[in-house]
Order: sequence, then structure tokens, then C-alpha cells
Amino acid sequence: MHDTTGTKVFRVVTITLLSIFTIIPIYVMVISGLKPLKDVQGTFSWWPETLTIQPYIDMWKTVPLADYFVNSVIVSTVSTVLSLIIAIFAAYAVSRYTFRGRSLFSGAVLSTQMLPGVLFLLPLFLIFVNINTNFGIQLVGTRAGLIITYLTFSLPFSIWMLAGYFNGIPRELDEAAKVDGCGPMRALIKVILPAARPGLVAVAIYSFMTSWGEVLFASVMTTDANRTLAVGLQLYSTQTNVYWNQIMAASVVVSIPIVIGFLLLQKNFVAGLTAGAVK
Amino acid sequence: MSASTAVKNTGPAAGATGRKARKPRRQGWWLPYALLAPAVIFELFVHVVPMVTGIWMSFLKLTKMFISNWGNAPFVGLKNYQVALDFDSAVGMGLLKSFGITIAFTLLVVGISWGLGMAAAVALQKTFKGRAIFRTLFLIPYALPMYAGVIAWKFMLQKDNGALNHLIFDNLGLPGDKPFWLIGDNAFISVVIVAIWRLWPFAFLMLMAGLQSIPTDVYEAASVDGAKPLRQWWNITLPMLRPVNISLVLVMFLWTFNDFNTPFVLFGGSQPPAGDLISFHIYNASFLTWNFGSGAAMSVLLLLFLMVVSGIYVLFMNRRKDNA
Repeated sequence: MHDTTGTKVFRVVTITLLSIFTIIPIYVMVISGLKPLKDVQGTFSWWPETLTIQPYIDMWKTVPLADYFVNSVIVSTVSTVLSLIIAIFAAYAVSRYTFRGRSLFSGAVLSTQMLPGVLFLLPLFLIFVNINTNFGIQLVGTRAGLIITYLTFSLPFSIWMLAGYFNGIPRELDEAAKVDGCGPMRALIKVILPAARPGLVAVAIYSFMTSWGEVLFASVMTTDANRTLAVGLQLYSTQTNVYWNQIMAASVVVSIPIVIGFLLLQKNFVAGLTAGAVK
Repeated sequence: MSASTAVKNTGPAAGATGRKARKPRRQGWWLPYALLAPAVIFELFVHVVPMVTGIWMSFLKLTKMFISNWGNAPFVGLKNYQVALDFDSAVGMGLLKSFGITIAFTLLVVGISWGLGMAAAVALQKTFKGRAIFRTLFLIPYALPMYAGVIAWKFMLQKDNGALNHLIFDNLGLPGDKPFWLIGDNAFISVVIVAIWRLWPFAFLMLMAGLQSIPTDVYEAASVDGAKPLRQWWNITLPMLRPVNISLVLVMFLWTFNDFNTPFVLFGGSQPPAGDLISFHIYNASFLTWNFGSGAAMSVLLLLFLMVVSGIYVLFMNRRKDNA
């Protein structure tokens, strides 16, 4: 099949314009992280007069970035693991069992996407404070509070995506395992999970990205003890100076792990979405 | 997890006692409920209970004086709602303006993001050399932590040392003074562009995934019949993508309408009136004036609006499916 001229023009124009739109902010971020402070405070230049890696050294001192990094890694990893386990169980139930309340559950799960964060931000904060005064469990200013909050943010989409993925795995496989004497749990672990690998990877990436990038709850629920990168990156603006070069350098550093991880696993992600979305 | 084991222990026993009265339950009927229990418990704890508390708070006079002891805040009935919906007062007027800005913002961002995502997905539908590179490139803004991308834009949009003014006035040589992009009326354009930059890759990703399920021989048959590319898109691609589009548009609408992060990171403390999106507006109304009852009432109104719009949308889409 040959492409018409119109198709070719459309393709070249679309790809060119979208590439420029996509690249410019990324280019500005990378190049500005390599400039000395006086260069980012003066008129912008597309190519720096002096290239320096100094911002990448100074950024750890201006703000305790390493601490925030550790907090973000712990919070995102633990919430991802927990969210994945919980989503696997729920998706297994939705995909393999008919039971009363099934459609209610599925509908309720997706409708949480509708809730404005500002509606439950303050109540959740006050509930956390009350739990602390009544039961002595500290949730504000600790990583545990953030982990619990974040795992529920990714849960609805994860359940929906995984249920779609499980539906694509033939029932005969786990029926056969059950005939061989596997219980429902063993059938899940031995048969379904290995077959659903791409879906699991997709859900894990999605959960991790959700936690790593969350700003609203991080700015209210964290103190110096558990501050994450999302809040930490905004602390480079002091009253006297805005360290744009260090902000850009820090942005590059916090982006690299997640962007590389996502791009390496993007095939799984697309496969997971295809299973979930196209039913 | 403790809850799910508790259900497991009591489950079969409860089934045995109920057996006489009702029809016998299948063995292991409790298993799906046990599997759902952890998800339900966490969703209840983080979403449902705070939501109900938030609705309760919207009926209280919850100002600074009562915040440490909010159980004692006086009940004021619908007073907070009256104030929020009284468009002659400053509070009501501010909310109405913010609502209008958010509607314009959402229509522009969702519409353009969908268009760009569709264009890119179609442009990359057929294999060609270098396709994987562009696919990867287009997904970077989605993979980037949200605040990193928006902070880069914030730097680009600075008046004196930003890249955008440099491009327009120094490189392209347009006459005039460099404008502010994050203060004044331009703030609206800025927040729209930044939000599109973040959102369109998601539309691209979903549509690309959807396109993979369309068999290529459908297109071949159509082009043998002499259908032009635009006709093929209209008659094949669009109908085949309908299931994806229905959920994609709804999800993008909800995310964009509730978007707090983009204005918060882009504008920080200095909120320009033109970029006063509704989540950001409610946040500021609550935390700057310490009037949390009023903020809760506004949030409930926002939720009601989103529920009505989503409900109508779902009904409408289901009806069209039934008619087709």
C-alpha cells in the first residue's frame, strides 16, 4: 500500500512540530543545569558561554536533596509493592469470580477518579492527627502516612488495568491447575501471575510514577523529617536568590531514574493498557 | 491483611449457620470478598471516610478558632453553601470566575491534547525507520515527574531570563516589550500550554495502544475500495477506537478539571487571577483564609458538578451504543 503525498506531508509536519514542542523544555532543563548562576540570571542563551558541572555539585548542599531522594525512593517503592499486591487480589476476584456487589465495586473504584484532592486533603490530615492523639500512631510527618495515601491513589487504575489483563488469560489455564489440585491462591500464583507479567510491570510503573510525582499531599503531609523530592525541588528559591541552574540540575537527576525505567519498560506498559482499555 | 484473615476464619462458620434459612451457599463464596477486603479497607480509609468527613465539615463554621478542636465547631447548616453560591458577594463571585476559567481551561486542554495525541498516534501507526525513536520521545513528558516538567516550563516563562521571551523577541526579532507570562492575563495561556504538554502524551499512549488492536487488512480492503486516508480515519479508525475514546475523554476531563499540581507548581504562592483554576482556588480559599468549612462546601459543589457531568456523559454514551 502506497502513501499519498498528503499522508506523507501530514506525517512529517506532525512529527516535526510535536518533536520541537516536546524537546524544547527538556533541552532548556538539561542545558541550564550546566550553566553558572550568573548565566541563568541574565538573558537566556540557547548555548552556554561556559559549561560547568558545578550546579550538580552545589545542589546537594543548597537543599538536603539526598535526604529527599531517600524519602522518595522509600515511599514510592513501598507504596508500589503494597499497591501491586492489593491490586492483584482485587483484580483476581473481579476477573475470576461472580459475586454480589461485583459491579458496585468496579464502579466505585473508578469513580474515585472523580474526587477532587482538595475535598479529602484536609479531612485526611485531621484524621491522621486524631489517630495520633488517640492511638499514638504518627502518620503526619512520617513516611507511613504518605505510603498509605499514595497506594490508594494508584489502586483504582491498577485494579482496572490488571482485571483487564487477567481477563485476557484463558480460564482453562487456572481451571486445569485446579483440577490438578491447586487451591485458588496457588492457581493465582503459579498460573495467572506468570502469564500476566507485562500487566504487572505496567501497573508497577504506573504506581511508582504516581507516588514519585505527587505534589499536593506531599506539601501538606510532610515535615522536614519526611519531605519528598516533589516538595524539596521547590526549596531552591530563597528570598535572595533563585538557583535556577541548580533547580534544573536537580530536575534532571530526579527525572533520570523514572524516565529510563519507563522507557525501558514501555512495551509492557502499552501491552497492559491494550488489555485494560480495549475490551 | 489482618481483616482478610478474620473474614476467612468466620466465613465458613457463618455460611453453615445461615444454611437453614437461605439457600445453601457455595463452598468458598467468601473468597472474592476476602480478596477485595484490603483494597476496600484502604479505599475506605483514604477516600470514603475523608470524603464523608469533608461533607460533614461543609456544614460547620470551621474557621481558625475551631481548627485545633474541630469537634466543637458550630453547625451552620447550608450557610457555607449560601455564601459560595451568592454571586453578589466577593466569595461567590471569585468561585464563579474560577469555575468559568476552569471550564475554558478544561475544554482547551482536553480538546487539544486529544487532537495532538490522535495526530501523533496516526502518524506513527505504520512502521517506518526511526518510528521507535519518536514514540519514545513523545512519551518522555508523561514519564517525567510532573513537577520537574512544570518547573522547566516555569523557568522558560520567566520575563527577563526565560527562553520563550528570548525566542520571540531576541531570536525572531518581534517588536515590543517582553511580557510577563506568569502574571496577568498571559497566565491563562501559560497554564493551558503547560497542561497540554503534560497531558497529550497520555492521549497518544492510550490511542496508540488502541490502534494496535485494529487489524491492518481492514485498511487494505478499504484502500482497494478507493477510500482516501481521511475517509479511512473517519470510517475505520475512529469507530474502532470508540471504546478507548469513551474512557480516555472522561478520565482526561476529570484529571484536568481537578488539576491542582500544574497551577500550584507553575505559579506557587502568587496566584494570578487568570490562572485561578478551581482546585487551586479552593486550596487557597481554605488555607489562606483558614476558613475550612467554606472550602469544604466549595469542594462538595465541585464534586457534585463532576458527578452530574460524568453521569450524563456515561448515560449518553450508553444510549448511543444501544441505538447503534
